[in-house]
Amino acid sequence: MPPAKAGFSNHAGNNLTKARINRETFMHRRHLLAASALTLGVAAAGAALADDPLQIGFIYIGPVGDHGWTFTHDKARLDVEEHFGDRVTTTYVENVAYGADAERVMTQMALSGVEMIFATSFGYGPDVNAVAQRFPDVAFEHATGYIQEAPNVSLYNARFYEGRAVIGHIAGKMTETNTIGYIASFPIPEVVMGINSAFLHAREVNPDVQFRVVWVYSWYDPAQEAAAAEALIEQGADILMQHTDSTAPVTVAQDRGIYAFGQASDMTSFAPESHLTAILDEWGPYYIERVQAKLDGEWEAGDVWHGIDDGMVGFAPFNDAIPEDVRAEAEDMIERISSGEYHPFTGPINRQDGTPWLEDGETAPDGDLLGMDFYVEGMTGSVPN
Amino acid sequence: MIDLSSINPVVLAAALMVAATPILLAAIGELVVEKAGVLNLGVEGMMITGAVTGFAVAVMTRDPYLGLLAAAVGGATISLIFAVLTQVMMANQVASGLALTLFGLGFSALLGQGFVGVSPPRTPRLDFGWLTELPVIGPILFRHDPMVYVSLILVAAVWYFLNYSRGGRILRAVGENHEAAHALGYNVRRVRILAIAFGGACAGLGGAYLSLIRVPQWTEGMTAGAGWIALALVVFSSWRPWRVVLGAYLFGGIIVLQLNLQAAGFRIPVEYLAMSPYLVTILVLVVMSSGRARKTLAAPGSLGRPFHASG
Repeated sequence: MPPAKAGFSNHAGNNLTKARINRETFMHRRHLLAASALTLGVAAAGAALADDPLQIGFIYIGPVGDHGWTFTHDKARLDVEEHFGDRVTTTYVENVAYGADAERVMTQMALSGVEMIFATSFGYGPDVNAVAQRFPDVAFEHATGYIQEAPNVSLYNARFYEGRAVIGHIAGKMTETNTIGYIASFPIPEVVMGINSAFLHAREVNPDVQFRVVWVYSWYDPAQEAAAAEALIEQGADILMQHTDSTAPVTVAQDRGIYAFGQASDMTSFAPESHLTAILDEWGPYYIERVQAKLDGEWEAGDVWHGIDDGMVGFAPFNDAIPEDVRAEAEDMIERISSGEYHPFTGPINRQDGTPWLEDGETAPDGDLLGMDFYVEGMTGSVPN
Repeated sequence: MIDLSSINPVVLAAALMVAATPILLAAIGELVVEKAGVLNLGVEGMMITGAVTGFAVAVMTRDPYLGLLAAAVGGATISLIFAVLTQVMMANQVASGLALTLFGLGFSALLGQGFVGVSPPRTPRLDFGWLTELPVIGPILFRHDPMVYVSLILVAAVWYFLNYSRGGRILRAVGENHEAAHALGYNVRRVRILAIAFGGACAGLGGAYLSLIRVPQWTEGMTAGAGWIALALVVFSSWRPWRVVLGAYLFGGIIVLQLNLQAAGFRIPVEYLAMSPYLVTILVLVVMSSGRARKTLAAPGSLGRPFHASG
């Protein structure tokens, strides 16, 4: 597993814009000032009283209104609030940049009595582990991460590649120009894995299909994503996929009369005719399960990677534009993946350079997927370093 | 496999103008503000406020032009908070500008809550008749929405105003040496407040260009750093209007070109190109914080310095 790449630091360009902190945190700051007269030990003991509600903190990489990644995590936070009622209180801070900002926000949360923190983006890994070591009693849940250097850091991730296999199949069947445009964020295994999964399943049903990939080096930049969508359409793409969080690409697709798949949440309202379906992130059930464990005093660090079968990966309603037979095939594939009968990465699969990766019938080990830094055979272009 | 001919330079040039327009609008406004001796780092906040007010009004009235007007008014209004803080209450300009950005981002998210997922009315392209049909020039120059031309007209107007009008000379005098301007009987504070409001209106227009024309939809934080690029552009252009156009088209060009090269399947060092606008921005902001560099760049003499008439 490579360490977090330096490329992430170009989020730093937006650092200042990302520092928006919601009111609750300002209250925490005030609380912090008030508490500074006391010893930290007293504050921590006070927060740990049994009848107090469990305080849960969330940090987000984007705004809660992105209608993508962060939106789905915040929806899950609201699910937690609804499920547990008075037994929990939640706070969140949005637009938190990786690095020093994230560390500061989590430290403040921990100091102000938060006992459980959900850090909901890949790049928070080093920050989560650093803070976790200083606050051994706080339970940390890190989404899509891979670093576990403290006993109180739990990892969770969703097998989005399962969803990408399904949309790849649909795209392969429906494209007329045989060109699929793919708007990618950063060249990390998660994203590369998604491209490969979609491509393999598009190729399976359409040997002529080509993928064009544009890396925008941002998780969320509507103007840039819209420009990327236009550039891809200019190159002949008639179906767009995205691994970025804004709704801009589907809007462009709607304008230009082509199809697109949404990301993270149902984006149908932005592109009623063009939005074929979207891979949904369903974090709610997991969050509720983990909060319950914490309330029961049974929380332990874990490392889970849930897929369609656990309900962490879902689909937005299929557009009527998807032909009946394609819809049936897609539903069948969802069924087979969910039952464990089919793994989207089942050999024989070669790497782009032609060297074998998976033998006939072999399924990809999780380790290979989580470290994936290569395209599969048939893809054009190369994964940026 | 890789085919250079698949990139159409005409389409590219046209896309470049569109990509550059929001930062051009914001930058030309900030240029006037800085020429008056005020450093307003709140461009991002004013842009996003314009984006949301323009969007909301356009959706409610179903008229994109009313929306754009509202965006200008919205941007100018929020900039007056900065004006009051820095010109009346003598607050630090850098801190106030940053606060304005933070405030604008939060405030716009609040205002925009009911507008997520709504489609705005579309802004029609201008019809230039036979000019549109000209080869090469037609698609590049004559097939845009009105705001592309408005931005260029605005640059021309600012250039003329600053260089050839009495008002422009007063504004520059205020920016170069506010004590001297005050001694000559000019109302430094009034000139600066007007300049700030103009800058706010331009930034608001730039934001609305994103939400109404470029993307077109409202999502939180959708300016995604465009305001900071606009700020850097002003310095990059050493406070000259036409160089702002050059800089904006250069920035817009990098963005569009690298995306198109990628889409066409070229192996290019994407990561560096994608971060280049931000790197240049950071570099420029660092340079601007050094006194000597400011002098060599011909920054307005009183830029960022507070002025109090009694002093």
